[in-house]
Amino acid sequence: MPNIDHEFHVDDFEFAHSKGERLIDRNYSSTSYAKDVWNNFKKNRGAFIGAIIISIIILMAIVGPGMNDYTYKQIHGGQECLVPRVPGLEKIGIFDGYHNGKNQYHEQEADDVYYWFGSDTQGRDIWTRVWSGTRVSLIIALAAVVIDIVIGMVYGLVSGFFGGMIDSVMQRFAEIINGIPTLVIVTLLGMVLPAGIASIIFALMLTGWIGMERIARAQILKVKEQEFVLASRTLGASKFRLIFSEILPNILGQVIVTSMFSIPNAIFLEAYLSFLGLGVPAPMASLGSLVSDGYKSMTTFPHILIIPVIVMAVLMLCFNLFADGLRDAFDPNMLNK
Amino acid sequence: MKKYIFKRVLISLATLFVILLVLFILMDLMPGTPFNDEKLTQAQKDLLFAKYGLDKPLLTRFFLYCKNMLKGDLGVSYAINKNFAVSSMVKDRLGISIAVGAMAMTLGTVLGLVLGILAALNHNSWIDNLCSAISVLGVSIPSYVCALLLCYFIAYKLNWLPILYNVEQPFISLILPAVALSVSPTANIARFTRSEMIDVMNSDYILLVESKGVRNWKMIISHVLRNTLIPVITVMGPILVNLLTGSSVIEKIFGIPGIGRLMITAIQENDYNVTIACAFVYCVMYIVVMLFVDILYGVIDPRIRIAKEDD
Repeated sequence: MPNIDHEFHVDDFEFAHSKGERLIDRNYSSTSYAKDVWNNFKKNRGAFIGAIIISIIILMAIVGPGMNDYTYKQIHGGQECLVPRVPGLEKIGIFDGYHNGKNQYHEQEADDVYYWFGSDTQGRDIWTRVWSGTRVSLIIALAAVVIDIVIGMVYGLVSGFFGGMIDSVMQRFAEIINGIPTLVIVTLLGMVLPAGIASIIFALMLTGWIGMERIARAQILKVKEQEFVLASRTLGASKFRLIFSEILPNILGQVIVTSMFSIPNAIFLEAYLSFLGLGVPAPMASLGSLVSDGYKSMTTFPHILIIPVIVMAVLMLCFNLFADGLRDAFDPNMLNK
Repeated sequence: MKKYIFKRVLISLATLFVILLVLFILMDLMPGTPFNDEKLTQAQKDLLFAKYGLDKPLLTRFFLYCKNMLKGDLGVSYAINKNFAVSSMVKDRLGISIAVGAMAMTLGTVLGLVLGILAALNHNSWIDNLCSAISVLGVSIPSYVCALLLCYFIAYKLNWLPILYNVEQPFISLILPAVALSVSPTANIARFTRSEMIDVMNSDYILLVESKGVRNWKMIISHVLRNTLIPVITVMGPILVNLLTGSSVIEKIFGIPGIGRLMITAIQENDYNVTIACAFVYCVMYIVVMLFVDILYGVIDPRIRIAKEDD
């Protein structure tokens, strides 16, 4: 024991809050898990803005192609490679149809024609093509999420829950699948299958679920040893009940977060395939095919390339921000980092 | 540890075998034949098929191919370079692909580590926000879009570097592709380094080191960084592999005569042997890198080593 040479006096201590300051008694009502997640999510500005922009892009993908009279495959002879021109905006000097100092629309004798995002090398409206392309890319992304959840989660669930022999066999199989580089197999499948959305989705299906499977299995191994599962088991709950009403709700957050990260991945894969000429078939558009078409006339008419690139980059960026925010919201340990 | 390495090597070999079989089946399902010349009659085609052994059943061809492969013979090309040995075609192209990949990976690792460490050291300041913004942007933009932008602004507008690959100046013409390829590794490594380093800096053992009065920079170098780098090495494996496989598009844009471009040409020409060889080379690279990282991880981190010995 150290010697304490100090003697305490009465006025060494004073009552807290005795100087007339107000004591604010905060009242915390108990919040549900979902509400907690929502509150955490709202605090993350980047993720919130990301979510709003994603909603806008989704909305545009639905209504955008119908907003003018053009269709995505309608070819207008004589109106190729026009730069963007928007009524109203042309008066203030942007989107006015001028290219290299000349009004392209005037030269084509099409003074009352407007292509909001310009037209491509075959005279098709880029506005309509970009939004219908976004639609295709989003459908592929949605399919990726569903595949991730259905195949990946179920596989991980079965493997993790039953354990033992089943687990080792399933894990060896997953390891082998994981050894196949995605891009190589997707490229080869793109060749074998007929071009189209279904083929791209199928190619994603073959290898896309591995990441989810690992996360789901790890989560289940963690959760299934916990006391509440043991309690339920002791009370005689069936395996079905254990999985669906005890374990699943507790890993769902992680599963959703992981599936969100697969969206930018799917959009990227589609774009990659399109660039190799293995994407959606010709008159149809996707963000990837628009970029790879625009690339051919990059030096002369950059707008054909730049508009889909911007939409794609913004979409991927927002999905990444959104998924990041969601991860932090579901897992408060990641907050304040 | 030995048992673990043995198990991993065994699984890797099994994976390679399965991949080869899958590749063979895919080739068989591919529409068209390597002999697309319209002047050929059916009889001539049959003769060609018999000459190259393509008329035999799938499994016979597969085992024959495996046997030859162990001797280093990958067959001959049917369409691109008629009757030319595939192994020497692949060998010629592999070097340049590896050179681009290595340049991009070095650049990405250095930049990523610097960004990540800077962000973690200045946690929650504007430097952190800037580094995070750069890395989120880098993750979001596909490498070939970066390549296109670099092509447009640096090569076309400013005319600083060549757009297409030039045999006489291999190094200069590989700068742009390497930069384009390094964007995603930079971003990924930066993000990972940052979050790992923040974790380490908030840990109890660093608090102990701090309270013992170890000087700041010494603490960071010999305690924080050492523990941060271990998990960072694990993610470098998959990143490197993604970079290698993703390079085929970059090779197409910049006209680099690498293995990715060879594979795309081979696919388009239905040249079975070349396609299989290129895809297989990618798979071998992938598996070797993953195996190497897994074993390396165990070697440098004693905690993992012990856990794996119990396995």
